[in-house]
Amino acid sequence: MRALFGFIAGGIFGAGLVVSGMTDTTKVQGWLDVFGDWDPTLAFVLGGAIVPMAIAWRLTMGRRPALGGTFPPPPEPTLGHNLVVGSVLFGAGWGLAGLCPGPALASLSYGGLGGLVFLAAMAAGMLAAPPVRGWVDGLAGSS
Amino acid sequence: MEQDWIWGLVGGGLIGLGAAIYLLVNGRIMGASGILGGLVDGSERANWRERLAFLAGLVLVPIAVVPLYTEVDTHLTGNLGIVILAGLLVGVGTRLANGCTSGHGVCGISRFSLRGIVATVFYLLAGGVTVLLFKHVLGVI
Repeated sequence: MRALFGFIAGGIFGAGLVVSGMTDTTKVQGWLDVFGDWDPTLAFVLGGAIVPMAIAWRLTMGRRPALGGTFPPPPEPTLGHNLVVGSVLFGAGWGLAGLCPGPALASLSYGGLGGLVFLAAMAAGMLAAPPVRGWVDGLAGSS
Repeated sequence: MEQDWIWGLVGGGLIGLGAAIYLLVNGRIMGASGILGGLVDGSERANWRERLAFLAGLVLVPIAVVPLYTEVDTHLTGNLGIVILAGLLVGVGTRLANGCTSGHGVCGISRFSLRGIVATVFYLLAGGVTVLLFKHVLGVI
C-alpha cells in the first residue's frame, strides 16, 4: 500500500510537472531571466502547488498518516551554512540548464540524451556531496 | 502563449496534490532530491520501496500524459559541458541544502518553514544571477 500510494503521488507530481511547463527549460530560464524577457508562469506553478499543500499541513494537525507511522517533525529552526551554500550551488545549476531534480526525472522519457546526461551528472553530484559538505564545514569552522 | 499561466496553475495544483497525498497517506515530505538522493547514496535504506515506487510514478506517468500534450520538449541546451556542470551543481547543491524546489519550495514554504523560505530565496537569487551572467554577459546559454 505504501508503494502504491508512493507511485500515485509520484505520478500526479510528474503529470503536474509536465502540464505546468516545469520540464521546459526555456520556461524555467525565462522565469529566472528577470532582466531579459521575464516569464511569470512559474509563479502560478508555485502558487498552485502551495495552496493544496498548505491545506494538507493543516489536515495533519491532531491526526496520523492514513497508512500509519507519524508525520514529519516540525521544521528545524536552525539554518546553517550548508543550507545557504547548497541552495546557491543548486540555483546556479538550475539556472544553467533549467532543470531541477523533479522535472529531470519527469522528462526522462522525452528528454533525449541530454536529459540522461543531466540525470547521470546529478547522481554523481549527489554522491560527491558528503566530501563537499566536509570541505564546506572546514571552511566555515576555520573562518 | 496566453494560456501558459492557466496550465501553470493547473500543473501546480497537481504538484501540490501529489505532495499532499504523499504527506497525508504515507506521512512523508515529497522532496524529489531527497527521495532520489537517499537511494543514490544508500543513506536512506528504510522506505526504499515507497521511494522507488514514487520515482517510478514520476518517470512513467508522464509517458502516459505526454501524448495528450501536443508540444512537449525540454528544449535542453545541446552543450553537454553545460549540461554536465549543471547536473553536478544540482546534485551537490540539493544534498548540501537537504532539499530542492519540491521539498524546500512547495513543502517548506507551505508550512512557513524558515529553512524552506531561506533556501528558496537563495536558489532563486543564484538562478537569476546565473542566467544574467551566462545568458546576457557571457552569452553561452
